[in-house]
Amino acid sequence: MAVQKFDTPMLDQLESGPWPSFITGIKALRDNHPDAKINEMTNSLLGQLEHSYETRKGYWKGGTVSVYGYGGGIIPRFSEVGHAFVASKEFHTLRVQPPAGNHYSTGMLRQLADSWEKWGSGLVTFHGQTGNIMFIGADTENVQHFFDEINDYGWDLGGAGPCVRTAMSCVGAARCEMSCTNEQKAHRLLVNNFTDDVHRPALPYKFKFKISGCPNDCQNAIERSDFAVIGTWRDDMKVDQDEFKAYVSRKGRQHVVDNIISRCPTQALTLNDDDSLTVNNKDCVRCMHCLNVVPKALHPGDDKGVTILIGGKRTLKIGDLMGTVVVPFKKLETEEDWESIVELAEEIIDFWAENGLEHERCGEMIERIGLANFLEAIGIDPDPNMVDSPRQCSYVRMDGWDEAAIEWFEKKAEQA
Amino acid sequence: MAKQEMREPIESGCPDPFQYMHPVMRKNFGMWKYHEHPRPGVLLHVAYSGDKIWTVRVGTQRILDLFSLRELCDIGEKFADGYIHFTIRSNIEYMVTDEAKVEPLIKAVEDAGYVVGGTQNSVTMLSHTQGWLHCDIPATDASGVVKSMMDELIDEFRSTNMPNRVHITTSCCQINCGGQGDIAINIQHTKPPKINHDLVANVCERPSVVARCPVAAIRPAIVNGKPSLEVDEKKCICCGACFPPCPPMQINDAEFSKLAIWVGGNHSNARGKPTFHKLVAAGIPNNPPRWPEATAIVKRILAAYKEGARDWERINEWIERIGWPRFFEAVELPFTKYHIDNWRGARKSLNASTYIRF
Ligand code: HEM
Ligand code: SF4
Ligand code: SF4
Ligand code: SF4
Ligand code: SF4
Repeated sequence: MAVQKFDTPMLDQLESGPWPSFITGIKALRDNHPDAKINEMTNSLLGQLEHSYETRKGYWKGGTVSVYGYGGGIIPRFSEVGHAFVASKEFHTLRVQPPAGNHYSTGMLRQLADSWEKWGSGLVTFHGQTGNIMFIGADTENVQHFFDEINDYGWDLGGAGPCVRTAMSCVGAARCEMSCTNEQKAHRLLVNNFTDDVHRPALPYKFKFKISGCPNDCQNAIERSDFAVIGTWRDDMKVDQDEFKAYVSRKGRQHVVDNIISRCPTQALTLNDDDSLTVNNKDCVRCMHCLNVVPKALHPGDDKGVTILIGGKRTLKIGDLMGTVVVPFKKLETEEDWESIVELAEEIIDFWAENGLEHERCGEMIERIGLANFLEAIGIDPDPNMVDSPRQCSYVRMDGWDEAAIEWFEKKAEQA
Repeated sequence: MAKQEMREPIESGCPDPFQYMHPVMRKNFGMWKYHEHPRPGVLLHVAYSGDKIWTVRVGTQRILDLFSLRELCDIGEKFADGYIHFTIRSNIEYMVTDEAKVEPLIKAVEDAGYVVGGTQNSVTMLSHTQGWLHCDIPATDASGVVKSMMDELIDEFRSTNMPNRVHITTSCCQINCGGQGDIAINIQHTKPPKINHDLVANVCERPSVVARCPVAAIRPAIVNGKPSLEVDEKKCICCGACFPPCPPMQINDAEFSKLAIWVGGNHSNARGKPTFHKLVAAGIPNNPPRWPEATAIVKRILAAYKEGARDWERINEWIERIGWPRFFEAVELPFTKYHIDNWRGARKSLNASTYIRF
């Protein structure tokens, strides 16, 4: 039986144009799907969306919906205009954690699609801005059925609310020559150590891990995560001089000077008379630019590891913050290395859970108490790599200076 | 459901990706040597083993219906070994190990109505948030804004003619769950919340709402004999942060919730440290279903950038070189008192030098 279609004149206008349209897709579910429940739900959704377009207002409100045993992972949605759009009056989203790096077989996508067809609206997004697969539109009862079914074959909910959130990692080692770490391993070790904190929101606020395999930071980790892990290296960059010379002869010297040599932020590059390249590796800050321009000739070195930056977040409440360096370099090779990065995350989350105010992100807490106090709390020594510049204002009490200076030299002697 | 029927969850967390990874990517994990750009929308990666993999990047509507998802799977099975990778901007990537499969794959994708592109120096897919389709606090429909802009920018998605890559983002409230962008199109409210005092006592935890306000503009008050909240409208910056914890503090307004455009956000470390985007235009009408005013400004910015920037300059680097006065002139936008920052740390954004371009 055909549904009584809502008129959607504004959505019809949005549908026009060459880019694929989500409205067309929702209409296809309304008109062509064999299941009457899906026809009704999507018709009703289109009706409410059209109403939003006409009035320029949203009509969803939150509430409390969860699956048995968990406190988070579902975004409850109840319609404020459910009397008019009955079939989508409960339209909850399930946040489901994707495989690290967002790889799928089509077989698995089909299996997920089949389950969602049984219990949901038929709408899904790969992925939300936090990184979850978002299954959009199930009523309160079917949320549990859908979760039970996909949880049986390997899928778990992500976070929602004041908790550890779903993590993200770049494609990295799977298909990128810039990769300096095992992004997938870092991603899974970190977030899966905190499944309890993902599923049972009890932290001051959200906490996000993001992993990028190199400083190109394709995952926006520095800007968007509380705990950013960025691959890097500390020995010399590898230069294939024959490939580099071939590039110079193909593109010309002026191009090489304008696009590579003069664009290095620390003036670490010299083009030699024979068209080979000299890299001053002591000055190089691993910005990635020259490697990006000539990926065939320039490669990260062999002594790879990660830099860890803490405290990135978006606007609420004190304005946007970038994560800042807390661990300048860390090897991730042995099992102990891997364990210690998890321990560091535990240390940070524990301290923040105790000391963060309600609704205060980790970066905001650091801003409030100062980086030095934060470092002391998590047992990390100060390092000049953590600052753009030392203090500029003399208004500070420094009667602990002598001990701090001795400590520095003792640490240096230990390392030597 | 009765308690005894409830199933205990398996807390498996984030799944292992190796089981879903293209076998050639699995085999050469961590052993890739370099990449090339054979044509817009296609990447070629070469491994130290000599193995090669071609990636075809595809733009979609992001909010997928089951028919589209299965169609994309069909294409993946018929033309691309049965694997799909998603980028952070929700583009789909198909991988093939045989060069001869690239063109038929592209044809199949395009015949089905999807768009090949988004690599290298293109304007790739706008990343966007939820909007009216599903969020409980949006002032606009980010999905709709993106669809109408991508209709206009599709040729820039398909080609690689920009000086460097362009990442555009949108957010449908001032919490901004969309990220930093070379260009960001975000909601900017211009009037304080309208409070429905009858509902506050029932719905809102008043102390946590008071605590949420970034400028301490909210105080508890008794209105019409009931506990409610009041806003010091002189202090209020109209950010909407009080609305999620207290829906009776309605911030969204059909007329006064506007769009603002920001430029120069760049998350990469290449050539310079990562940067936040900066305000360039505001007061843009939130005009569904196609938001033509916002799109027109985005197109002006892109045209000026394409014309004026040098190779490899992202938008922030281009502006840093030419200076803000020339930028505002080139994009025909006014510079106003609202562009001068007054939030904490604002002095860092002032010019404490005689560096002036004439
Ligand atoms: C109350 C209602 C809210 C709703 C319904 C909501 C919804 C969402 C959704 C659906 C996503 C994408 C999620 C995913 O990938 O799974 C998201 C991401 C995000 N949200 Fe919210 N959000 C809300 C409140 C907030 C608040 C209060 C903040 C601010 C502090 C916030 C900041 C963000 C940020 C920054 C992201 C992007 C995160 C990233 O880059 O990883 N949201 N939100
Ligand atoms: S962040 Fe670096 S390693 Fe990861 S995909 Fe981007 S360029 Fe490659
Ligand atoms: S990676 Fe960046 S800093 Fe290092 S040499 Fe190349 S351009 Fe210079
Ligand atoms: S930007 Fe704001 S309104 Fe839009 S989805 Fe995110 S939280 Fe919701
Ligand atoms: S809109 Fe923002 S500034 Fe105004 S009262 Fe609400 S939280 Fe405070």
